[in-house]
Amino acid sequence: MNMMDTKATSALLYLDGVHVSFDGFHAINNLSLTLAPGEMRAIIGPNGAGKTTMMDIITGKTKPDKGEVLFDGIVDLTKLDETKIAELGIGRKFQKPTVFESQTIEDNLLLSLNVDHRVRGTLFWRKSRDEAARIERVLETIRLTDSRHMLAGSLSHGQKQWLEIGMLLAQDPKLLLVDEPVAGMTDVETHQTAELLKEINRDNKTVVVVEHDMTFVRELGVKVTCLHEGTVLAEGTIDDVSANDRVVEVYLGR
Amino acid sequence: MTPHILTRSLDRSAMIFLLIVAAVGILLPLSNLLLPAGSMFQVPTYLMSLFGKYVCYAILALSIDLIWGYCGILSLGHGAFFALGGYAMGMYLMRQIGSRGVYGNPVLPDFMVFLNYKELPWYWYGFDMFWFAALMVLVAPGVLAFCFGWLAFRSRVTGVYLSIITQAMTYALLLAFFRNDFGFGGNNGLTDFKDILGFNIQSDGTRATLFALSCLALAVGFLMCRAVVTSKLGKVLIAIRDAESRTRFLGYRVESYKLFVFVLSACMAGVAGALYVPQVGIINPGEFAPGNSIEAVIWVAVGGRGTLIGAALGAVVVNYAKTVFTSGALAPYWLFMLGALFILVTLLLPKGIIGTFNDWCEPNRLRNRAKQKRDPIVESAAAEDGVTLPRPAE
Ligand SMILES: Nc1ncnc2c1ncn2[C@@H]1O[C@H](COP(=O)(O)OP(=O)(O)OP(=O)(O)O)[C@@H](O)[C@H]1O
Ligand SMILES: [Mg+2]
Repeated sequence: MNMMDTKATSALLYLDGVHVSFDGFHAINNLSLTLAPGEMRAIIGPNGAGKTTMMDIITGKTKPDKGEVLFDGIVDLTKLDETKIAELGIGRKFQKPTVFESQTIEDNLLLSLNVDHRVRGTLFWRKSRDEAARIERVLETIRLTDSRHMLAGSLSHGQKQWLEIGMLLAQDPKLLLVDEPVAGMTDVETHQTAELLKEINRDNKTVVVVEHDMTFVRELGVKVTCLHEGTVLAEGTIDDVSANDRVVEVYLGR
Repeated sequence: MTPHILTRSLDRSAMIFLLIVAAVGILLPLSNLLLPAGSMFQVPTYLMSLFGKYVCYAILALSIDLIWGYCGILSLGHGAFFALGGYAMGMYLMRQIGSRGVYGNPVLPDFMVFLNYKELPWYWYGFDMFWFAALMVLVAPGVLAFCFGWLAFRSRVTGVYLSIITQAMTYALLLAFFRNDFGFGGNNGLTDFKDILGFNIQSDGTRATLFALSCLALAVGFLMCRAVVTSKLGKVLIAIRDAESRTRFLGYRVESYKLFVFVLSACMAGVAGALYVPQVGIINPGEFAPGNSIEAVIWVAVGGRGTLIGAALGAVVVNYAKTVFTSGALAPYWLFMLGALFILVTLLLPKGIIGTFNDWCEPNRLRNRAKQKRDPIVESAAAEDGVTLPRPAE
């Protein structure tokens, strides 16, 4: 019991015995996962394994039927809504890139800045030199400086993925949940994305990356968790996990 | 870094709009008062009152565009806020009648004497003072919008469900105000006004002043909306309109933002109603009719949703058409024509008059922007612009 407690309180993200069902369909079954501060974790698993649903639970979009979800060791995420959870410093990139299509790239980043999000503060908000510089840096990082005044809706799928990663950077959260970041990217872009995520992680950010692309996961070189039918099937290095019999079965058995 | 609120809100098209409103608001009353009756350029009083009505409708349309065009809240009950503002003003005007009513009661309005009221209901207290009535013009719609919005937005009622309950809200008020024992004059409403702030409400001078004030209110309302939509809050509103749940994941409390614009918009609608009542001389429960609110949404759709100027323009154009048609042989068919107009606009001009116009000007604008590149102030001002469609309305 005591050991569990220290495990829970020293973890940045701690899920234990989580269950979610949608109309009787068990999407998440007794899921447990622990992330240390500053860790990067890759999550793999076949379609429908519950990877996105897990992110929905962490970000407050879906309430678990059962189980514990703790952030920073003490905050019970199941009691909070999306807004509060975002304010705690949990940022998310969606599987289907979700950017504000009718606004410019720069405005998308500006909206993501982690400044006062209350109504009054936003109404009278003015961009400081510091914040302008930050947007500038993010634009450079995601290589969209030249198209900053373009509408986000006019970007290619891959660029939207980058813009959404840029929005995460502007948001500057403690924990980043990145759902399938390299879908629709070329090999070069995939490589660049891996580098970018590693760099973000070096900045002492905790990162959870969901991805199907094994080359990409291998390139990240971090601990891998394989989900299947809403529960953890295997955990370890990419080589361990891909050598695991059950993982092979799940992936080949499809 | 960020341009001043005025440079931000006042782009070229906003300036042009304000100039037109100012010119109309000054020249029309002057021509009415100073030129001899019958002269070619003299605007007759009845026409000025008619235009005054349109201006009030334009303010109502602006208020609808603010929530619908920028935040995606389609209220089909905004006529209720307009009518509440109107009733607040009507109550003041009723109490100004004093003992000049048919029954000569110095305190009770005629309809209360007629209905055997012994004393003034408590909610009529204070309406003999203009400042109190003026405050209520804002407070009554504002409080209703706050309560309604607080419940609806917190429960995340959106889209067509929200539209339906706004219809229900205005319909419920319609029924309530129709009742004689509700204390607002039943189906006759409030009328037979005599004067406002001591000035005869029928006199040309008062009517000209009311017209000018309506134009002023339109200009102020427009500026306020521009200031809101060009601020960062305006960008958040658009974000909510386009991807509400995404906005939450960035840490914005969506329901607070919706509540803020909804209440602001309701107060604007209330002011529009308050200026409307002295110009038409009556307020009755018919103003709560669900159809009125739907018509107002059509004005905005016709003029161009999410452009502000389009909303005001749409209100004037559609209502002018209504006046023309309903006074001719085609009168019985007006509602069919309105419906047809709505369908045609939705199919052929989905962005409305102003939105389509902006799209046409697009190539020119891009060229202008390229030229402006060297001028950082102009450029950042343009970038701060909060208008939605491909490029800011200009
Ligand atoms: N809101 C919902 N209602 C009903 N079923 C849902 C809901 N959300 C997810 N599911 C189901 O839960 C299961 C897990 O879905 P989830 O999206 O988490 O899978 P995933 O691992 O992200 O898959 P993919 O690799 O395809 O993205 C799926 O079978 C899905 O159909
Ligand atoms: Mg998924």
